[in-house]
Formats: sequence, C-alpha cells, structure tokens
Amino acid sequence: MNWKRSLGSALAFLFLSSTALAQGRVSGSVKDAAGAALPGVVLSDEASGTTAMTDNNGMYSLTVSANQATVKASMLGYVGVSKTVTLTNAAATANFTLVESAVTLDDIVVIGYGTSNVKDLTGSVVSVKAKSFQKGAFSTPEALILGKTPGVRITSNSGMPGAGSRIRIRGGSSLNASNDPLIVIDGLPADGLGLLNPSDIESFTILKDASATAIYGSRAANGVILVTTKKGTANSAFHADVTAVTSFRNVTNQVDVLSTEQFRNVIAENGTSTQQSRLATADPNQVTNWQNEIYQTGVVNDYNIALTGGLKMPYRLGLGMYREKGVLKRSELKRYTATLNASPSFMNGKLKANTSAKVISAENFYANQGAIGTAVFFDPTRPVLSGDTAYGGYFEWTMPNGAPSALSPRNPVGLLMLRDDVGYNTRALGNILFDYQPLASEALHLFMNVGGEYSYTHGNTFVPAYAAMNFNNGGEMNKYESTRTNRLIELYGNYNKQVSNRVHADLTGGYSFQHWSSSSPSYASLNAAGDTISPANPNPFFSENALMSFYGRGNFNISNKYLVTATLRSDGSSRFSKDARWGLFPSAALAWNVLEEDLFAGQTLFSNLKVRMGYGLTGQQDIYNDYGYIPNYNYGTATAQYQFGNNWVDILRPDAYDYNLQWEKTATTNIALDYGLLKGRINGSVDVYRKNTFDLLGVVPIPAGTNFSNRVLTNVGSMTNNGIEASVNLVLVDNATTNFEIGFNASRNRNQITKLSLVQDTTSPGIQVGGIAGGVGNTIQIHALGMPMFTFYSYEQIYDATGRPLERNGSLDQYSDGVDVNGNGKIDDIEAYVDQNGDGIINTSDLVAWAGKTPEPRQIFGFNANFSHKRWSGGMTWRAEQGQYMYNNLSSNHGNYFEVGGSMRHLNNLVTDYLNTGFRSPQYLSSYYIQEASFIRLDNLYLSYNLGNLYQDKYATSLNISMQNALVITKYKGLDPEIAGGIDNMIYPRPRVFNLQLTVTL
Amino acid sequence: MKSIKLFSLLAGAALLAASCAKDLNLTPKYGLNADAVYSDPNNYINVLAKLYAGLSTSGNQGPAGMPDIGGIDEGFSQYVRVYWNLQELPTDEAVCGWNDPGVPELNTMTWNDNSSFVSAMYYRIYYQIALANEFIRYTMDEWLNTKDFTPEQVAMIKDMGAEARYLRALSYYHALDLFGNVPFVDESDRPGVYYPEQISRVDLFAYIEAELNDIEALMVPARAGQYGRADLGALKALRAKLYLNAEVFAGTDRYADAMAECSDLINAGYSLEPVYEHNFFADNHTSSEFIFVATFDGQHTRTYGGTTFLVHSHMGGTMDPAYFGTTSGWQGNRATKAWYDKFPDTLDTRRLVWLDGMEDTITTVGTFTEGIGITKWRNVNRDGSVGSEPVTFVDIDFPMFRLADVYLMYAECAARTGTNLSQGVGYFNMVRERAYGNSDHNVTTLDLPTILDERARELYGEGHRRTDLIRFGQFTGGSYLWAFKGGEQFGISTSEHYNLYPIPSSDLISNQNLAQNPGY
Repeated sequence: MNWKRSLGSALAFLFLSSTALAQGRVSGSVKDAAGAALPGVVLSDEASGTTAMTDNNGMYSLTVSANQATVKASMLGYVGVSKTVTLTNAAATANFTLVESAVTLDDIVVIGYGTSNVKDLTGSVVSVKAKSFQKGAFSTPEALILGKTPGVRITSNSGMPGAGSRIRIRGGSSLNASNDPLIVIDGLPADGLGLLNPSDIESFTILKDASATAIYGSRAANGVILVTTKKGTANSAFHADVTAVTSFRNVTNQVDVLSTEQFRNVIAENGTSTQQSRLATADPNQVTNWQNEIYQTGVVNDYNIALTGGLKMPYRLGLGMYREKGVLKRSELKRYTATLNASPSFMNGKLKANTSAKVISAENFYANQGAIGTAVFFDPTRPVLSGDTAYGGYFEWTMPNGAPSALSPRNPVGLLMLRDDVGYNTRALGNILFDYQPLASEALHLFMNVGGEYSYTHGNTFVPAYAAMNFNNGGEMNKYESTRTNRLIELYGNYNKQVSNRVHADLTGGYSFQHWSSSSPSYASLNAAGDTISPANPNPFFSENALMSFYGRGNFNISNKYLVTATLRSDGSSRFSKDARWGLFPSAALAWNVLEEDLFAGQTLFSNLKVRMGYGLTGQQDIYNDYGYIPNYNYGTATAQYQFGNNWVDILRPDAYDYNLQWEKTATTNIALDYGLLKGRINGSVDVYRKNTFDLLGVVPIPAGTNFSNRVLTNVGSMTNNGIEASVNLVLVDNATTNFEIGFNASRNRNQITKLSLVQDTTSPGIQVGGIAGGVGNTIQIHALGMPMFTFYSYEQIYDATGRPLERNGSLDQYSDGVDVNGNGKIDDIEAYVDQNGDGIINTSDLVAWAGKTPEPRQIFGFNANFSHKRWSGGMTWRAEQGQYMYNNLSSNHGNYFEVGGSMRHLNNLVTDYLNTGFRSPQYLSSYYIQEASFIRLDNLYLSYNLGNLYQDKYATSLNISMQNALVITKYKGLDPEIAGGIDNMIYPRPRVFNLQLTVTL
Repeated sequence: MKSIKLFSLLAGAALLAASCAKDLNLTPKYGLNADAVYSDPNNYINVLAKLYAGLSTSGNQGPAGMPDIGGIDEGFSQYVRVYWNLQELPTDEAVCGWNDPGVPELNTMTWNDNSSFVSAMYYRIYYQIALANEFIRYTMDEWLNTKDFTPEQVAMIKDMGAEARYLRALSYYHALDLFGNVPFVDESDRPGVYYPEQISRVDLFAYIEAELNDIEALMVPARAGQYGRADLGALKALRAKLYLNAEVFAGTDRYADAMAECSDLINAGYSLEPVYEHNFFADNHTSSEFIFVATFDGQHTRTYGGTTFLVHSHMGGTMDPAYFGTTSGWQGNRATKAWYDKFPDTLDTRRLVWLDGMEDTITTVGTFTEGIGITKWRNVNRDGSVGSEPVTFVDIDFPMFRLADVYLMYAECAARTGTNLSQGVGYFNMVRERAYGNSDHNVTTLDLPTILDERARELYGEGHRRTDLIRFGQFTGGSYLWAFKGGEQFGISTSEHYNLYPIPSSDLISNQNLAQNPGY
C-alpha cells in the first residue's frame, strides 16, 4: 500500500497543471472502501481540465469552470469515480469513496528479497490480494485462496477446526521428501502457515517457476508462497477496524449405511445362529442412527480489531479472537492472535526498521476422531445408553465375564464423551528487516533481516478407568510436549538504478543463515490411576539442522522492451556430508514486452503482451531426517531390552545410512504469455512448464546384507511433471457505480516417474505404498516406472452382465448367466479377477498398476465472479478437479458380510454398498473400489452491503453474509471426493458453513 | 556520526552472530556414531544385546515404533514369528485363518517370489548378519590394536565376538535351510553400495561348519554362562542340526557326527523338565532342559511377534483368555487333524489341545473354529499366577534347542546309521516316560516313521516341522497329505521345488549377481 500511494502521488504530481481561470470551487474528501483517507488522489474537472490532489487527510479543493461540473477522482489502482455537482454560491462539496480495481499492470508484487512491478516480472508469479480472498470465517489462512490461482492445488485436511491443508504447486516432485512449498512470512522462511490469522494477511504471492523461486535455492523445488501481513500506511490518521463474524456449520451428508430395518433383514437372511441369537438380544424397537449421535451444529465466533495509523511511523496492530465449536461433538478450537507491524525510521528516514511480530496462542480440544469411523459401522439396533452404570453408562459389547470384548468396537458416543485430549500451542514468530540507505542516492540499500520462530506445544489426554476404550489398562493419563525453534539472519544489499538511457538495473546480493531445532521429552505412559503402562524412553528426542546460503540476482530492464533476470544461489545444508553439502542453483529468464516494440506502437487491441521464458535449477532438502548420512547408533527403549542372566540390558542399534546422500534437484523450464486486451478489460496468462526432478530421494530396497536394514533413504530416482496453466480475467463492467468481473483459471499437470531403483530395471513392479485399513499390511498404490506417483494398484475385477462384481465362491444365483466360465459350478479365482499372466492362479503377479488412475486430478479449474454496484457487492468461487480417483476404503472394509463379525462378540453394521456387491468376505484389492472422484464445488458465495458512514462521517460499516462449501457435485459415492492421498477411510466431515459478518471502522 | 556508529554497531553484531553460526557439522545429540561406540569397552555389551534382541524384538522400541525392517508390518517382521510361520504354516502342524497378504499362500504351499513373509524372513536374516558383521569387525585386532583396552577387556571383547559369530552362523543356518543359495557377506564387507556374490548351498554348509569349529574354543562351557547367551551347548546343538540335515543341505551323510554332538550335549548336565507343559509357561526360564532360547518378557522385551504372537494367535472360539494368562485372542492358528491323529490316546501329557467348540475337519481355512485348538503356549507360572504383564505381552521364552529334541535326534541318527541302537532306544524312552509319566509306552526298537511322528508329538509348534518333513521326504510330493496342502481341502501332492523358498524378487532385482532357486 505504501508503495502504491507514493508512486501514485509521484505520478499525480507530474500531471498537476497550473490553475486556470477560476469560476468556482468544489471541495471534499476522498476515502477508500474502509473509510481511510486517501492522499494523492487526483481530482479533475472534466470541462476545464483543472486538477487538484488530496492532501494527507484526503481533502482536496478544486477549481472548476462551470456551475455544473463533473469532477472525476482517480488514482492508480482504484476504479475512477465521477460525480456531477451543481455549485451554489460558487461552491460545492463532493466526497468520494474509491474502490480498488483489478490487478493492473502497475501493481507492485512482493518477490523474494524485494518487490517488483508486475510489468517487470520475468518469472511465473501470481499475487492474490486481500480483496480477492474468499469471504468467511477460517481457522487457517490457506483457504482464502482456494480456486484463485492456476497450478495451485489446496486440499483441506478435514473439517476439524484448525486442520490446515495440503498445498501443492504444479504437482508434487518428491516421493519421500516433503512436497510442501516453502512458506515465507514477511521475509522469514517459516514453519508452515499454521493458525496464522487470516484477517491479518494482506496478500499471498505464489512463485511457481524456477526463475521466480531460484532465489530460495535449496528449498524452492515445490514452489514458494510469500505471505505479507497488513501494515499501516504512512501519513494516515489513526483508525480502528472492528470485524465480527458469527458462523454456523453443519454436516450435510452422511455415509450411506444400512438402516436398522435393512440391517435386521440382512442378518435374518444371512446370519449364522450365533449372529441371529446376538441380534435377538437387541430391543426390536430400538433404532439408532449413530452418525446423528456424534455430530452437532458447529459455531464460530471470530472477532478482530485492527488499529492502524501512521502519521510518523506506519503501524498496525491486529488482535484476534477466534472460537470454534466443531461439528463433531466436543471438538473446539480457541485461537488468540496478536500481529504487530511497525516501521519506525531513524536517521532522517535513512534507516528503517520494518518490524513484524506475530503471536498465536491456540487451545485445541481434540474430540476423539475414532468415533467418526466407529459411528459408521456400529450396530444400529443398540441404544447409546445401556441403562446401567458400567462403562460410564454407555452400551458396550462385553464378554461373558462382563469385561469389554477385546476386538469389538467401542460405543461411538462413549469414545467421544469419555476421552479428553487437550493441546495448547503458543507460536511466536517475527523479524526485523533493517533497511539502510548509506548514500545520498536512493539507488543503494543495505538490508539486515533478523528473525526467528518459537513454538511450544503441550497437551494431555485422559480416559477414566471405567471407560471401555482402555479398560484392560485401567484408563489413560498421558502428556506430551514439544518445542520447535528457528532463527534467521540475513545480510544483503540492493542496487536499483537507471544505469544508462536504456538500461535499468536491479541487483541484489547477500548471505543467509538459518537454524532449526525440534525437541520433545519422553514421558512414560500411564493409566488413569497413575501406574506406568510403559516407561519413558531413556533419551528425549532432539534434532536440528542448519542452512547457510549465498545468493545474487540481477534484473535488467532494457528500454522496457527486454527484461533479463539471472539468479544464482549456493546453499550448504547440515543434512548432507561435507562432500555433498553445497549445491549450486542457477536460473535465467527473459521476457519480451512485445508492445513496446516500435512495430506495434499505436495498436489499440492489446494493452499488454509479454512473452516470458525461464530455466532454473532448484533443490529439495526437507527429507525428514536430519542425520541421514551419519552412521549413528541409538539406544532402544526400556521395553526393548534383552535378558542376560538376571539383568536387563539396553540394546544399541546402528541405523542404515547413506554417506553420499544429497539434494534432490529439479530443473524447470517455463514458457509463458501474459496478455491484456481492450485496455486490460480482458487479461490473463498462459504458462507451459516442464519440471524434471533427479536425484530423487526414496526409501528403496537395497541388496540384502549391505547395510543395516533392507531399505535405505538414498538418491535413486527421477520424475517429470509437465503441465500448462491458463487464466483469464474479464472486466465486464467497470464504471462509476458498477463493477463486474469474472475470472477463469485452469491447469493440467502430468506426473511420471522415470527412474526408481539403484538398478535400471523394468521387471520390478515398483514400490508399494498407500496403506489401507482392513487386514494388516495391505497397500493399494504403487510408485512404478513410467507411471505417476501413487498410481492405484489392484486386481482387475470381473463383472457380470448387470455390472455386479464377481466374488470367488460367491453363490451363482446372485449373478447373471455365463459367469461360471469353466462350468465347474462355482466362481474360481480366475473367474472373479482377470488372470493377467495366464498362469491359472491369481497372485501378486496379477496386480495391475492402473496408469490412468491416481489420486491427483488431471485438470483443475477455478471460476471467480465478483460484482459491486453502488453499496452492494458480492461474488462466488467455484472450483473443480477432474480425473482423480479415490479408493473407497470404507466400502471395501465395511461392505462385505464378513465384517458383521462372526465368532466375535458383536455385530457390525455395513455400508449400503454391500447390497450392490453381496461380498461375503473382504475384497480389499479389487478394482471395484477404485472410484472416480471428480467434483465441482461451490467454495464460496458472498453478498455484502456497505452501510457507509453511520454517524458524522465516521463509523463506516459494512455487512456481509457468506457461505463456504455450499455445494458439491460429484459422482463419487463416498462422503467427500476431496481427500488428500486418495484413500477414503472416513475423514472428519467438511461442514457447510454460513457466516454473518459485521465490519465497523472507528 | 551517531548514525554511522549505530549502524556499524548493528552490522558488527550481525557479522558476529553470523560467524558464530558457521557450523554446518551437526551431529545427533542423543546418539553415538560408530567410532564413539566402540571406543568404550562398556558399550560392546549393549550392541551384543541388540544382536540377541534381533531374535526377540522387531525394532528399537517395544512392542513397535522404531522398526528394524521396512516394507512390512513391524509385528509381522519379528524373527521368531516369521521363522515360525515359514516352518509351521505349510505343514500339518498349523493353519492360519487370517487374510493378511502373505498368509494364505503359506498355508497352501503356493507362494511365489513376491510373498511378503518370505521377504520378511530373508531380510530379517540378513539384518542379523549385517549387524553381526559390523560388531565382529570391531572385535578384531585391526581395531583393538588402535585402542587402549586392558587385556581383560580385550579378552572379554573377543569372547563377545565369538558369540556374534555364533549368532551369525545361526542366521546363516536358517538361510541354508530356508533359501539354500544365498548372497554371502561377512565382516570384510562394510556398509555401502555393492552387490554381494551368491554362495552355493554346499559352500555355505562348509562355511557354517568352519565358523562353528573356529569359535568353539572361545565359547563359555554349557550352562556356565548367563541365561539367554550362547554357550558351548548352543554351539553343539546347532552343529548337530547342521549334520543331521547334511544330506539335504550338502548331499553328504554326517549322521555319525551329529550323533557325537548329541552325545556331548546329553552329558553336559541338562535334564528333562519333569512336567512337559512347564517348558512353555511364563516362568520357563527355569526349565532344566533348554539349551538355547530367544527370551521375551512382558515388561522388558515386548513385541507383537515371538511368544506373544504364539499365545494370542492360537486363542479364539470358546477359549477363555484367563486360562492363557492374558486377554484377547487373535483367532488365527490351529493344527490339522492329520497331526492330531498321531496321538493314540488322551494320556500323553504333550497333547495340549482345545476341542470345545471346534470342528476337527477344516472346510474353510478362514474359520478359526475348524481345526484343532492348541493350548501349548500359556502366559501362566507354575504356581498358577499370571505373567508380569497380564494384558498383552507374555513372559514365555522361545526354546530354539532343548534336550528332548537332542534325545530324538540321537535316536534318529542311531536308527539311520544302525549304531548305538540301545542308547538310542534308551533316550527315546526318556522322552516317552516324561510324556506319559510312566514307562507303559516305551519302545524296544527304533523305526524312522515312529521317530518322525514322535518329533511331531514332542516338538510341535517349535519351528522344526518343515525341516523334519523335508529330511524325511514328506514335505512336498504326495506321500503325506494334510488339510489344504497344495490348496485342496484334504491335501494334494505339491511340487518338489517348494522344498526351498524363493529368493525375494526385490533382492533379485537389486542384486544382479543372484540367480533364483529352481522352479520359481
């Protein structure tokens, strides 16, 4: 904001003309949508062409030539407003409120270690500002930009309060290292977004290609997200903004399970005598819908107050209090935040200390999520309460001796109500960016950035001894604690100057050192009475790593026509041995502003046409293991000792290691076109990229006997990601009263593994991943050569003529004719699953890696529409993902008769899919359960009304209602088609949210 | 001036902070690296304990959490459990009803080179070997000469080195028995990127024999060392097993040598435990007949494998958990009728079965209540009290070698060589007398079929059956059938190539020097 206003003022000054012959004066104030004064706005008289500018208080006085004058207020970055006034006694008042317009070419965006004009960018950078954010109440901030940018896939982890999301930029490029982008908050590379208060965020800038991210070198391979929090503006008066949001949230969908009546019928038809007699012990009139019993209407109250000002020193203090009761009973989140941004300056403005500090304190009551899955399959003929006092009064399955039956599920409501799990986290992060201008010339600035982060978490759990869930141990009383810190110091300089007539140079160079540590003590686990169930480990957990870097970047602007960027960064990480420690990450990019060429001078169709090309190398060093290259020995725990005579001896074990461990490297090529038509009313870009990751880290099998395990983390593979992203924004209406814009974005990414083992081999199926519930050790996905990561891997199911899947030894009369191919009167293995290699048996060699079926979508789309008309504004955001698949683990695990429970002491309900398949025993690895999960979602819908100033030119107020997760359209039959990882084993449901928001500026 | 001073102060502070922080050589705070470990003689016992614990625990955290081996459920990968599965499930002594990947094909002898349990055993064996190699390296003169240890410490370390070589020989013996032709690594092979050569079964046999002969002098005399550690008795028992099966392993007749080893063991001071079932109780560490064990303890040595697995997997149906000294049955294993029919009457105290609620003929492998319930392993003490951890983890130690086995081995060698027959009959009868409590069921002559069946009655569920059936030519082929052998309800003949397990496909791919066993 700072930059915009000063730039605006500077430009405005150029246009100021001398006063013409005065006939009258129009005066008044210009404010922005929030009610803050806008200095530097240009007021012009349409008839005479005279102009004036608003002062620091947003006040102006303009001479006009006629009694009826049309005054126009305009400023860079805002929608121009005209008012017609009639003068009385040669004077009139006209007050303006200016609303920010769509991204213009003269916008400034934050990039690594600095800022840049959008016009001058050579890399793939997208900035989303606060006015474009989704509207509503959010516990974590990444939801603000859902659907706003092409190439960025954000999948929320669940509907749990504070659950956060998984963010992927241009597909993931790692198998074993993290696929998360680097998050930089106000210049501090931070430990994730966490519970940062969304109300404090000004913008997200997403750096996608290598030339934009290369300045972050070894951490940039998955992209970088720069988060900028709101700051005060210079020369503005103090004001306070108060926002209050109340939100109601409800689960709108349930897993389809058999109704009580259907359940009784299924048991009556198929049950053994044990099962029928067990069913007979239930009250025939009892009908329980367990999913209803565990959910409630969630409520959120979110209060934020922001105090901003900046007559001498721009500052903003944001305080927030967020409280959410989740839709699962007992789940609760309380978040308190304080964000302070201040930029005091010293030495006559030569030294600025841009300070940013955030404190986030959260208290999370974690409702027992085991209840979510259990509520799906708990017997619907049983009551919630038993009428007895045992087990807290809840109905539980018991053995003849009265103790809880060991392998039976526990009462879902009992699980929720009898388990306490509270976690507290305090996170403080901040940094001071010193900006010193040593010489008189503005061209040279020296910077020092010092900052750090400290996060302390502790929590405890408690289950009383009488609860069924931990009955044999006598309940549970545990605590946990962990601390994470990081500290940063950076020194760099920036030289920014028009060096000759044609060339403008912007050079940056510097040094950075960051150190992370994470520790947690080990506590014994106790039961409710305090007796030790298993002792603490002999040592606490402690891990640390450090990164040292040198970097430089040159941005050259040649006659505004050609833009050249070159970056080089060298990183040294403590995670690798001395021989592999340092990596060099170069990049180069070119851009051509086509319209600046003389050839195109005077054309009016295009307002902007830029071609960009870039290439760069970035790294990934987030390998979850700080000491992977060191031959390290560790003691075993007190429960893994060995008996020698009468003594218990602690064991000491070497870890498998690879001395030659090194960075993953990704080489990215990006070619793009940015365009604008019809004075920017149509604008957008198209990016085509190719990412090639090599020295991919993977935990792979190694020759037996050559190391201290059968697998080791080593650099083994390579992978490619190819894709295209496109976005179009259309400003359909833009005039004094009305503004209507729509935007589309679409992206497509293809991922493929090109090398996967120490030995180049095509006969191995690959590395199996994707564990599922049901049995032990079953996996449903595979990393295979020539296929995308996490490709689904299963048997190929055979269906009868009506589409019913066949089951080995299934009774023939449920299928259509002709299914018994060999006529032996039963369904054999090879009649239920396709025998891929024709050897007459179905075994692991007949598993198929389904090339087209992965959990990642082929295409992602976003659609935004926003309008404003006089006092009203509103908008919606749609998001679609197409081409991804989901393994319906709930159906595979609870959609077969075996799961009802045979010789166990309980009966379990089944999902309705059982009626489709009639499976008598689990068929976990059938392709029937790999289902398409494309969807279209209405993420956000909002309507605002600006009440204006309520009293005496003050108290600007606006009201806003919005909905989040309003609608999902999908063919997927499970609960929610959007589950990160592609395996649906029940998630904490995402509720539909309805918000009411009131904002007042004091 | 003030401003320049201010800034230079800041700049100076920054540079100071930066230079202090120039350390990128970070090492773990709570671990030790190899050289530090072996520079302190007191640490050797802890690494040796890990070598032994490799037989009992599945990782560094009991019962699970820091696994030794990846790619398979941690409980599944525990040594005794997976060895038991490979030695018992494909035989008449056990059938498992679970659907977990790898289990069904073991029951029916239809496995291939992708079987997860075959893989788990293979990598578990080589885990032991690789760790033993590392330890042995640090007990050799090349290392010890660079250190300042006292002569007593050096002697103690070398004795520990002998124990490590024993454990390595034990694992190689299992490799010899299960896989035959395997990759070979010893202490000269350091961790790194290389491709071990394959050794033939005959050569591996010779290597194990040479190793055992080499360390014999360094082993503690039988029953003289600490409980749980290998001694001369353990060495002789292993050598006896090696010679007994020499025809299968190396095509040579070494029954006379086996008999000599057995003879030494019989005179070493072991004696049969008076009550058979006490050998499988929670306090079986007091048994007088154990020669070498893998120890387990409910408080200190916890795992989901080992004897915890043996107790829980055999429980289910109408069995009362309190009888077993624990809670919760996992409803997995039971025996076949073919095995049970070897008991001629109900007087044999080794007949520890549960028939209530059980159908003796198995029609569906997945139904626990079909088959013969086994109650051999129980987490109770002789006085009736329950083991130290009454909920899940048991105290029962797993006997790898015990005296009754040695008596029967002697009898078998006598029958095969035709020498020392009266001694053989005498030892056989000692086993019978302990089983019946009287001499009414003694024999006067020896014949091999009776000896094989006696081994089934005495040693069932202790991980010997497959090796025994192969030695008698009855594991594969059609001469002896049992429920679901080959996948058919009453059993069918299976191919001879199943006498050896396949090298896992993952190692064939990682190491191009290996060739697969025939038939796979």
